[in-house]
Amino acid sequence: MSGWLARIRGGDMGALPAICGLLVLGLLFTLLSPYFLTERNFANLLTQAATLVMLAMALVFVILLGEIDLSAGVTSGVAMCLFVALSAPGGAALDWKTALALALLAGILIGAFIGFFVARIGIPSFVVTLGLFLGFQGLELMLIGSGGVYRITTPAILAIMNDNLPAWGGWVMLGAMLAVSAATALVDRGRRARAGLQNPPLLRLWLRACILLVIGGTVIWLLNQDRGTGLVAVAGVPIVVPVTLAILWAGTFVLDRTRFGRYLYAVGGNAEAARRAGIKVVMIRWCAFIVCSTLAVVSGLFSASRVGSVDAAFGRDIVLSGVAAAVVGGVSLFGGRGRLMHAAIGALVIAVITNGLGLLNLPGGVNYLVTGGVLILAATVDAVSRARGAAPRR
Amino acid sequence: MDAPLVELTGVRKSFGPVSVLKGVDLTVYAGKVTALVGDNGAGKSTLVKGLAGVHPYDAGTVRFAGEPVQLHAPRDAARLGIEVVYQDLALCDNLDIVQNMFLGREELCAGTFDEGRMERETAAALASLSVRTVQSVRQKVASLSGGQRQTVAIARAVLKKARLVILDEPTAALGVSQTAQVLELVRDLAARGVAVIIISHNLADVFRVADYINVLYLGQMVAALKAAETSHNEVVACITGLKSTAEPAT
Repeated sequence: MSGWLARIRGGDMGALPAICGLLVLGLLFTLLSPYFLTERNFANLLTQAATLVMLAMALVFVILLGEIDLSAGVTSGVAMCLFVALSAPGGAALDWKTALALALLAGILIGAFIGFFVARIGIPSFVVTLGLFLGFQGLELMLIGSGGVYRITTPAILAIMNDNLPAWGGWVMLGAMLAVSAATALVDRGRRARAGLQNPPLLRLWLRACILLVIGGTVIWLLNQDRGTGLVAVAGVPIVVPVTLAILWAGTFVLDRTRFGRYLYAVGGNAEAARRAGIKVVMIRWCAFIVCSTLAVVSGLFSASRVGSVDAAFGRDIVLSGVAAAVVGGVSLFGGRGRLMHAAIGALVIAVITNGLGLLNLPGGVNYLVTGGVLILAATVDAVSRARGAAPRR
Repeated sequence: MDAPLVELTGVRKSFGPVSVLKGVDLTVYAGKVTALVGDNGAGKSTLVKGLAGVHPYDAGTVRFAGEPVQLHAPRDAARLGIEVVYQDLALCDNLDIVQNMFLGREELCAGTFDEGRMERETAAALASLSVRTVQSVRQKVASLSGGQRQTVAIARAVLKKARLVILDEPTAALGVSQTAQVLELVRDLAARGVAVIIISHNLADVFRVADYINVLYLGQMVAALKAAETSHNEVVACITGLKSTAEPAT
């Protein structure tokens, strides 16, 4: 706890401003609209946010290096166009699993392509991905035909956003989260104990478990209520939630506990120091773009599942929101600072703004204005807190 | 006197037509601090970069612990236990002390970081250098002062079990008390049996830590003095080329 306070005083606010923003916005919209805090809107909000959460998490991998991927949205578009072209009955009519694997492979290849130009040739990522942002819009058109819209008919894809876990499934998910969280904490404690180091009091572990239990329990209980409008009961945790949580957990594991993750932070912090420490900087950069593009395809999958169709402009408008989400969550555009969780929380903030303002029947322009204002506010909080943290203290 | 750890004989290095090292001899002993002084352009950095394997020597022999060795690449030097602490320190501000100390050679356990072990070894390395100014090894390097950063960089060399540590201007950017701290650290390092080469422009610092003072003048080693047997004025005279105690190699 004292270490946490010291970090905040040291200018490392992390996701704290974003969490506060989330609470304030939630409270505000609850007061302003009777529909905001209903079971139905809550589930709706989560599925609305999922695409942006996924894209923001994808972007974290390159933003940590101080790079940017402006083509992440259209990359997901190209992959999804490829998916529908390959799997649609009128097209290649491949099995949907094969088509999905090929779409993910396309994401990997696109990431490798960007990484080649940025890491090997040395072109700024802004330029490379801006070029692809323009080029891929053309590629989407060519894959899908102008004005064409493909409907998604694969039940498994549609299920991600539109189907729910059974009531017990939600509780199993919470149980798994608690188990994984406790297991990693216990392994960490074991290793510290074996090294002869003092462990923080066990109380902290219980506290964390309780917080997870209370928040997770409330969310799952809410989602397990019947939110249907007609005769059929609609209840349960949307399938996209466990999928996103699993990817969040895996990504955080890689960033915190493996060499690739550590080197990503090191290169983002001081590339020359990383090089002298024997880190293959080019390889790390390259891999980061591959991870980003591949996860961007997953976000495209979420979006396609929600919309139910893919058109030639798929993914064009979302990428800047993704960058904004990461920054609002506390991920530094200068590189080296930020976590996947921060980006996810930032994306939730932006989704809450869109959702809440929509419920208030305000004109669409207001949404953009407020989102932009929040972004600048978040960047200001980051800059001010960092300037204070960097000031000499002795 | 023990056998020297490093012996350079007749070392030469040219960059194109410019001859920077014109047959330099240098002897470095384990457990002693050897200062390398000289005016700008005398060849100090080139001499050190040859030892680090960054710019290999053109001619001359290098003996390490009595054995003739070839230093063609930085990893050759690293394998022998030669570590260079550069002026710009090469630390990542956004990582904590433990993460910086183990950067590039993290201890793994079942494919993931063994943070406990790394933290203990970091604390041990800092303690062995009698470092007391660092509050927590989990502090971000960004929050450290210049002297503390220098300490971390030197401790990293200790952690790598370096046998020869080369310090390039370690006190150039530091205040008075931090300079004293770092110089004490350099003495500690030598007391552990490590051979230390220190490059410095500050003769006061040099006289405070060095056992031997070697003076380079225009690519030649003009003096190899014992610090206890020489004076400030004599060293200055050598640096400016007014005096030479050694036979200049041809």
